[in-house]
Amino acid sequence: MSPEKMVTMANQIATFFMTQPGEDQASRVADHINDFWEPRMRRQLLDYVAAGGEGLSPLLIEATKEVREPAQ
Amino acid sequence: MKDFIIPWNDADMGTPAKTGAPVTLTVDGAAVTVPEGTSVMRAAYEAGITVPKLCATDSVEAFGSCRLCVVEIEGRRGTPASCTTPVVEGMVVRTQSAKVQKIRKGVMELYISDHPLDCLTCSANGDCELQDMAGAVGLRDVRYEPGENHFDPTGTGALSMADAKRREGDGNFRYIPKDESNPYFTYDPSKCIVCSRCVRACEEVQGTFALTIEGRGFESRVSAGGAVDDFLTSDCVSCGACVQACPTATLQEKSVAELGTPTRSVVTTCAYCGVGCSFKAEMNGDQLVRMVPYKNGKANRGHSCVKGRFAYGYAEHKDRILSPMIRESIDDPWQEVSWDEAIGFAAKRLKSLQKDYGRRSVGVITSSRCTNEETYLVQKLARGVFMNNNTDTCARVCHSPTGYGLGQTFGTSAGTQDFDSVEQTNVVIVIGANPTDGHPVFASRLKKRLRAGAELIVIDPRRIDLVKSAHVEAAHHLPLRPGTNVAVVTALSHVIVTEGLMDEDFIRERCDWNEFLEYADFVSQERHSPEATEMLTGVPAETLRAAARTFARGGNGAIYYGLGVTEHSQGSTTVMGIANLAMLTGNIGRPGVGVNPLRGQNNVQGSCDMGSFPHELPGYRHVKLPEVRKTFEAAWGVTIDPEPGLRIPNMLDAAVDGTFKGLYCQGEDILQSDPDTKHVAAGLAAMECVIVHDLFLNETANYAHVFLPGSSFLEKDGTFTNAERRINMVRRVMAPKAGYADWEVTQLLAQAMGADWEYAHPREIMAEIAATTPTFAGVTYERINELGSIQWPCNDDAPEGTPLMHVDEFKRGKGRFMITEYVATDEKTGPRFPLLLTTGRILSQYNVGAQTRRTANSTWHEEDVLEIHPHDAEVRGVKEGDFVKLASRSGETALRATLTDRVSTGVVYTTFHHPDTQANVITTDFSDWATNCPEYKVTAVQVSPSNGPTDWQERYNAQAEQSRRILPAAE
Ligand code: SF4
Ligand code: SF4
Ligand code: SF4
Ligand code: FES
Repeated sequence: MSPEKMVTMANQIATFFMTQPGEDQASRVADHINDFWEPRMRRQLLDYVAAGGEGLSPLLIEATKEVREPAQ
Repeated sequence: MKDFIIPWNDADMGTPAKTGAPVTLTVDGAAVTVPEGTSVMRAAYEAGITVPKLCATDSVEAFGSCRLCVVEIEGRRGTPASCTTPVVEGMVVRTQSAKVQKIRKGVMELYISDHPLDCLTCSANGDCELQDMAGAVGLRDVRYEPGENHFDPTGTGALSMADAKRREGDGNFRYIPKDESNPYFTYDPSKCIVCSRCVRACEEVQGTFALTIEGRGFESRVSAGGAVDDFLTSDCVSCGACVQACPTATLQEKSVAELGTPTRSVVTTCAYCGVGCSFKAEMNGDQLVRMVPYKNGKANRGHSCVKGRFAYGYAEHKDRILSPMIRESIDDPWQEVSWDEAIGFAAKRLKSLQKDYGRRSVGVITSSRCTNEETYLVQKLARGVFMNNNTDTCARVCHSPTGYGLGQTFGTSAGTQDFDSVEQTNVVIVIGANPTDGHPVFASRLKKRLRAGAELIVIDPRRIDLVKSAHVEAAHHLPLRPGTNVAVVTALSHVIVTEGLMDEDFIRERCDWNEFLEYADFVSQERHSPEATEMLTGVPAETLRAAARTFARGGNGAIYYGLGVTEHSQGSTTVMGIANLAMLTGNIGRPGVGVNPLRGQNNVQGSCDMGSFPHELPGYRHVKLPEVRKTFEAAWGVTIDPEPGLRIPNMLDAAVDGTFKGLYCQGEDILQSDPDTKHVAAGLAAMECVIVHDLFLNETANYAHVFLPGSSFLEKDGTFTNAERRINMVRRVMAPKAGYADWEVTQLLAQAMGADWEYAHPREIMAEIAATTPTFAGVTYERINELGSIQWPCNDDAPEGTPLMHVDEFKRGKGRFMITEYVATDEKTGPRFPLLLTTGRILSQYNVGAQTRRTANSTWHEEDVLEIHPHDAEVRGVKEGDFVKLASRSGETALRATLTDRVSTGVVYTTFHHPDTQANVITTDFSDWATNCPEYKVTAVQVSPSNGPTDWQERYNAQAEQSRRILPAAE
């Protein structure tokens, strides 16, 4: 999918969990992505972050540390 | 095993059932005990005695006008009408005596004197209560001369039409010809006995109030609408309740007149909307004569709407494709082939795609139109044969946020009540739903309750019919701007919390108190007050406060919602907000309350239950959970991929990227129904094997390589699960026209790809579902037949199913309040696109219209039109009926405009039933944050005058035509 669309989708998720109480927002974002994003979508996200992650919210970048690396 | 009795008995007991303390009386010497308030007529029926009757029927309250049902009651003078006389303890009733027999005969004689004697050629011959009663009371002679009457057009004293044809006369000014304006039924005034059953049915059952009795005495007759109206131009919505109630041929289905009276009937389930009405399919041989609502159906209680009742003709439509077809490329014409060849072609292509592009390069889309068993098999095909989780369903584009939102807050992805619950509710919120059009039978049940005094709050950008219609008026209408649901729902909670109207006992006992405190803290902030959000939402603060108070203080409060809630970028958040509201007010876990999603299609609930989503196995259990995978791995003998699969929009994105190549799409038309048509078309065009399994060459089939003919709901066995979680039986009434039921076709494809599936009947598939899915553990076909229907969960704890959920505790334990911060959608109006488009459906058409457009329902809705406020129209130079161009950043289309103040200024509205309109060319790819459910309900658009279809529409039609060419089979 286009990088813009992916950034929008990812940021929407971060926006929701940002508003939730507690300390573990980044983990909850990562859990959501791990649960719902198919491996090639996660691959695209992780590659995008590795390339600078332009436009992604800081919470999302934080979360990608816990996003599962898809097996090949 | 105990023998079981299916409650097939649906005889007319004369007057409605009552609830009350038991009362015992004697009827013709037999003692019988019935609830207080029951009529003598119904009590007699319970005792096995039928009292003659004409004006009474058990779908409406008794009226007491015909006096055919008179009886004698010991100690009472005269002969009271048994239909209007309530039972009394110790009453002694005699239903037969010389006296009452004489009265009854006299009554019948009078009726017959103004009734044509055409019985032999009458369309109700053999199915007419007037005939039956003439026999029952022993009428053998009519002493009256044929004087003035309503039935003889010649005025010469002819006793029948046949006779009148031979005579010439000066004409009978009292004679009125048939009203044939409704496409499905006729009104023949000459046969009317003015019993008013139709009028009462239209009022009490349907709630439309379209009919009245005009005139007095001999002049009186039934009239639809005003003096110049016929049935079609009146308010009549063609629900069929009056036809059902009419004891004579006066209101009669045209299909019966044409095909003759049916000889057998099979109980089955409507295949249109999520109400899931039960019907009797009445047959002559394997020809369907009519569908009549089934009285013992627990969702509909004997009622129906125009779709289920009448719009079944598509099943016989000439456009149905009955032979499998294939083609090398989508530029080629279709080639009709045998089943073997088509299945072989499809299997070979899919296998080679997986070999070249990897295991995850193919997937399936299951249907919310097909049965549970079929859906289960299609997802099993992905998981157990393709060996990936690329399975999704069109519920993605409608109710996926319901699954997520209710799952998070309550712990189950389903509504909490049954439809009967509405009878005990005191205040109802309808948000983002238009039940009178989308869920008509539920709407009738709701309206009945509202007429009995319940209060209504409507939250919708449009002034939907419920806001004000005959004898129903909403206490509050909150006309919010599309896209601000979360702000409105949070503001309602703000009022409830800050004014101390919440149900603290309930919250302490049933919910997590700390989470509640955090939530209360959040909603109490001034920025969530109705005053602060008024500018944003467009809802006057006072109206919103009043609505919140009504809901919190009104007693049993129930919330019903539809796609106006889910199809937003914050769809899931709104669902959570609704759940919060129900918990806050303690409205969970008993009759009359609850959170009730109104499901669009017949089996949306079922298709979600059956594991259609790419991250969930049947029963809403994540594929990452090893113990769940193990259950299915043991049952299927395969290893299940632990990674979530692609959702529909993701499949299309991956297709455009070149990594997703093959799709098996059962009973869905994603090209027409999914947003951003151009993107969908690009995705489909990029695939190398698209298999469409459907009744018709739908729009998606324009991009398909294999077409597998589907079977209609009349042609297969299975189950549908409605919005109440009710598993209803679908029964085969005729052989599949193309040779195979849909589940058999999926099985053939699986076998061709190497699977060892050997299902001989859908019952075996249900057995596998029950064995693997705890919420279905107790479900078998035998059990459903025995109970009529079952609401899941059905297991050892609830062997008869579960009408109400979360009674003592939530499925997840403690109810969970979620913080619902409003986030504006990125879809914003601006100088180029200053208006907000929202979409919906209307009564007579259904979704993409593939079925209803192929029936006479199009009489009511020939094309999609754009509703626009007169003010917005004027500044754009648009007049009523003009062709206008509707443009968004995704694309543009053209359709006709209609001017109405149902929509506010700044908002336009249309339906999406016709492919020519291509409303989804306009909609964008924005979607719900949690589930990717597309944001259909908000698109920034511009409207301008136009003189016809856009270039895109013309190009599209040309491509479609090109793509639908079929070459005859090579012999
Ligand atoms: S079809 Fe339904 S709406 Fe129309 S007149 Fe009969 S009962 Fe009323
Ligand atoms: S149309 Fe039928 S139901 Fe209505 S008053 Fe006449 S006979 Fe009775
Ligand atoms: S309300 Fe829905 S289920 Fe019932 S008859 Fe109409 S379309 Fe069918
Ligand atoms: S049936 Fe009782 S008065 Fe008509």
